[in-house]
Amino acid sequence: MRIRTALITLACLLAFGAGRIPIENHLAARHGAAGLNTAQLDLSLRQRIGQMSFLAALSGFRAVVADLLWIEAHSAWERTEWGRMKLLLDTVTALQPRAILFWDNAAWHMAWNASVAAREDRSQPREALRIRNQREYFKAGEDFLLRGIQNNPSSALLHERLGLLYQDKFRDPARAAEAFQRSAQLPGASQYVHRFALYQLALVPGREAEAYACLKALYQKSKQEHLPTLLRRLQDLEKKLSVPPDQRLPILESP
Amino acid sequence: MHPSPSTHRIFSPTRLWAIASNTLLELVRQKVFYFLLLFALVSIGSSVILVQFSFQQQFQVLKDVALGAMSIFTWLLAVLCTAMILPRDIEDRTLYTILAKPVPRFEYLLGKLAGVLLLLLLALSLMGVVAALVLYLRQQDVLAGILAHTAPEDLDAAVRELKASTFTANLIPGILLIYIKAAICAALTLLISSFASSPVFTIIVSVMVYLIGHIQPIAREYWLNQLPAGTIVPPLIKVFLGFVALIFPDFQLFNLIDDIVVGAAVPFAAFAQTALLGLGYTAVYTILAYLSFAQKEL
Repeated sequence: MRIRTALITLACLLAFGAGRIPIENHLAARHGAAGLNTAQLDLSLRQRIGQMSFLAALSGFRAVVADLLWIEAHSAWERTEWGRMKLLLDTVTALQPRAILFWDNAAWHMAWNASVAAREDRSQPREALRIRNQREYFKAGEDFLLRGIQNNPSSALLHERLGLLYQDKFRDPARAAEAFQRSAQLPGASQYVHRFALYQLALVPGREAEAYACLKALYQKSKQEHLPTLLRRLQDLEKKLSVPPDQRLPILESP
Repeated sequence: MHPSPSTHRIFSPTRLWAIASNTLLELVRQKVFYFLLLFALVSIGSSVILVQFSFQQQFQVLKDVALGAMSIFTWLLAVLCTAMILPRDIEDRTLYTILAKPVPRFEYLLGKLAGVLLLLLLALSLMGVVAALVLYLRQQDVLAGILAHTAPEDLDAAVRELKASTFTANLIPGILLIYIKAAICAALTLLISSFASSPVFTIIVSVMVYLIGHIQPIAREYWLNQLPAGTIVPPLIKVFLGFVALIFPDFQLFNLIDDIVVGAAVPFAAFAQTALLGLGYTAVYTILAYLSFAQKEL
């Protein structure tokens, strides 16, 4: 290749580069706004997954690397290696932040499986430490869901799971009601989450009147909503709020 | 009857098609489609291994593996086939036979590239069919389980969820972007091949450009000062990063399939712009390959 041709080719490449850089910048921002290519492939990730996997992830095989680590995390679960599993799940979710399934499963493993294992860990004789460990796994589950929501704000499923976590593990009806309510407002939400939000709201001290009004509206909406938990919550609230008998709903006649 | 010199056209789609179809035929005769067996093995193998997972996990991993394999095989085909085209034609003297006729070098080069692009299209389509078939068969398996074990009131939702987890139309833009990325790689390899001394050199440089192209956005961000607060880049490094950003293509822009598989939707405008950018890359690299090839002493 003659030097002149080489220089012309280089000059053309540089000129093309100068022309396309603003377009690429704009396009990268556009992709980012649409939630595409949001994984942060940084040095800490390289240390966690190793040079080869990092190279593969950088070269467009991020999802495949994440899947392999996911399978490894599954094996760690079968061997009940919770610490290793958390590390792997952290890496998997860092590689694939848009995969709702990974966030959901990671949170479930931490808050439901690892926490129970920590609570029943017979190698730890002190009950207080077992409870502390259990709470740490609840927090780890919550952390996965909050980060998952941060990356997928329109995921009704992750908000729903967060509501379930606050309801079942943290026993925090206020935060559970809030999470369920946010889920109910998102597209693709399960039909029952709005009801779940109201059930939890009924348990929040100081918000009984608001909960009663909402549950009453739901009760009056259709007969299909007359489910046992709804009826029980309404009865409890009527008692708590001392609703006069003539203003109470005809709950007992319902199935 | 041969056309007289006065009726000879500088550019002829018929000649282009003749070169492209011959290139495709040559490549097919070299049994490049054997890789399909490997692809089928990977797809079917992973579908068998993954049965212990829930169906959502199974399908996500299956799609990731299938599309990842499609991406790697298409890229490999693009680089290996293009790197061999010019040296082989020179070696068996076909190049001289063609260029001795009234075929402009640009037409020859474009025809060769078109042949490779046709091969990539064919290969990607076949892989797409194999992947869709594996997913469909797995879906039928899972569906049988759902029909047998799901309460009638939950059946609709379960079937809907299953169908959303398998091969959906959302994947098509991602597959098209795999093709466009492979087309860029083919044009880039043709450019390198136009001045390279051997196919091995062409392949090594192409692979390196491919790898650097995936970290080009990092170089661009640092060069354009889109950095975390407090990061200082020395001026000399900045010049180097600017050079990398200007010379190498940004392949990360075409890597949307990872996010598409997990349900992210690509807005049409963003897809169209990305595709146009890919076409721009392919066109510019082809023109530069011609500039270099036109000067080549044969």
